[in-house]
Amino acid sequence: MNAETNSGQRFTAVARCLHWIMAVLVIAILFIGVFMVSSISDFHLLVTIHEPLGFAILIFALIRIGWRLRHTPPPWPPGMTRVDRLVAKYTERLLYALLVLQPLFGWALVSASGQPIVLFGSWYLPAIAPVNITVFAALLRAHIVAAYVLYFTFAAHLAGVLWHTLVVRDRALDRMAFWRARDRTLAPVEQP
Amino acid sequence: MDEHTQPDPARPPEHHDPPGRGLTRRGALLGMAAVGGISAVNVGAFLWAGGWFTSENLSPSTFVDRFEQVYGHHDGFRRNHAKGLSASGTFTSNGAGVALSTAAVFQPGATPVTARFSLSGGMPTVADANATVRGLAVLFHLANGEQWRTAMVNIPVFLDRVPQGFYDRLLATKPVPATGQPDPAKLAAFLAKYPETARAMAVVKRTPPSSGLFNSPFHGLNAFWFTNAAGTTVPVRWSVLAEDPFVAASTGHAVGQDYLFDALIGRVARGSVRWRMVITIGEPDDPTNDATLAWPANRRQVEVGTLRIDSVSTEAPGNARDVNFDPLVLPSGIDASDDPLLAARSSVYAQSYQRRTREPHQPSAVNVAVVRR
Repeated sequence: MNAETNSGQRFTAVARCLHWIMAVLVIAILFIGVFMVSSISDFHLLVTIHEPLGFAILIFALIRIGWRLRHTPPPWPPGMTRVDRLVAKYTERLLYALLVLQPLFGWALVSASGQPIVLFGSWYLPAIAPVNITVFAALLRAHIVAAYVLYFTFAAHLAGVLWHTLVVRDRALDRMAFWRARDRTLAPVEQP
Repeated sequence: MDEHTQPDPARPPEHHDPPGRGLTRRGALLGMAAVGGISAVNVGAFLWAGGWFTSENLSPSTFVDRFEQVYGHHDGFRRNHAKGLSASGTFTSNGAGVALSTAAVFQPGATPVTARFSLSGGMPTVADANATVRGLAVLFHLANGEQWRTAMVNIPVFLDRVPQGFYDRLLATKPVPATGQPDPAKLAAFLAKYPETARAMAVVKRTPPSSGLFNSPFHGLNAFWFTNAAGTTVPVRWSVLAEDPFVAASTGHAVGQDYLFDALIGRVARGSVRWRMVITIGEPDDPTNDATLAWPANRRQVEVGTLRIDSVSTEAPGNARDVNFDPLVLPSGIDASDDPLLAARSSVYAQSYQRRTREPHQPSAVNVAVVRR
């Protein structure tokens, strides 16, 4: 365990940076994605943002999983029951899986449609799936399902952290925060 | 992954608050309200962004629904220009386009193309008719991996200026079963609302179609921007002009269900068919956002090369059947103008593509093997 994890009860600074950068990117891409498919006038423009954004999230997700495997996270907030911890553990794993799979689904479905994938200007990504409309249709379906699963997993994650922070008041949010946890570092368990 | 190492908390959550900060009933209720409120706003905003609460708005989905409403639902076919024939050939650039655009397709040399001839409308088995708008869509496979996709039509101006006009026109011009003609009152009301369409229809009426697909001109109609190596950007429109001599379509005789496609298949069997590609360069005041208006006839035109169609084939997996001719798939050196139809075409074509690719596919009406027999 490194010093940060021991002393601050927080995730490492790198883990916190990755978390909040990805939070912004993922929320943005989810809203862009769901909005663009229903927009006549902005679809193309938003696709040109959606594609490089998805690629950036894929890169961040791989870095983040690598970091996570090499660093022990801080202890769970004391207010978490055994069930809470199981839910949190598998939500974390599901989110990591989706953050890798979902960009790959998107990249592959555009590949299967035969369209070039513009990263930026004249920079293109290589195709990662054969040009085939049946493959395209299957990947599109997977991309849509994964988008909703990802969104609702995020919504559950947000609600869970808010619940612990605002109702249970075990300062769950402090573990991922940049602010100093002041004098409210986790108190020893109070015995009755 | 590492497991979390915190031992089980000995007590229920509320006992973990530091002294003096114990959770009151009021505090808990406020907290719950905040969690519920923030979550409701979050989910509500997401569903709103997805158009769940704004179903009356024009969207790619409602647009494609309108095609299905007017032409019926035909599994596996594109929702407009449903009847078609795949083709392949080569675009040979003469190098003149280099002065206008850095697009690699204009460097002297050959670029392979996938193309598709079509008739407008969503009926894949509709009988050919001279007055039906004809399409030629081309996908240029540039050597550097880029693509240029364009879908052109044979009429000299487009009928609609804005997407809503196109959407409304589909219903306003739908034939009434009793007469086979559009409802005159609905059509009149539509044309009063969209005078640009009335003017464009008059221009189209004055422009006779050719006798076949092989001797027809095809026009891109929407404006684009070309940028050259010096960084100079000009507004352009493009056309391909048939090298086979123009012969006006004759009127008044039935010549078979697929006479336009049959004649094209016969013509290609006798040898390659060629079109000269011409770029028209607009002046600063020429409209780039209104495809119903032709640019003045004296605008500079540059012939940039020759499109040669060498073979045609029945629509099948892997050929033009599976291509979405999205007009915004452009190589660097060509950019979209402010024409609102371009963005609309891109989104609606994508919706049509998404629907038809997940449906079972039927054989196309135009069958090369049958014609050649």
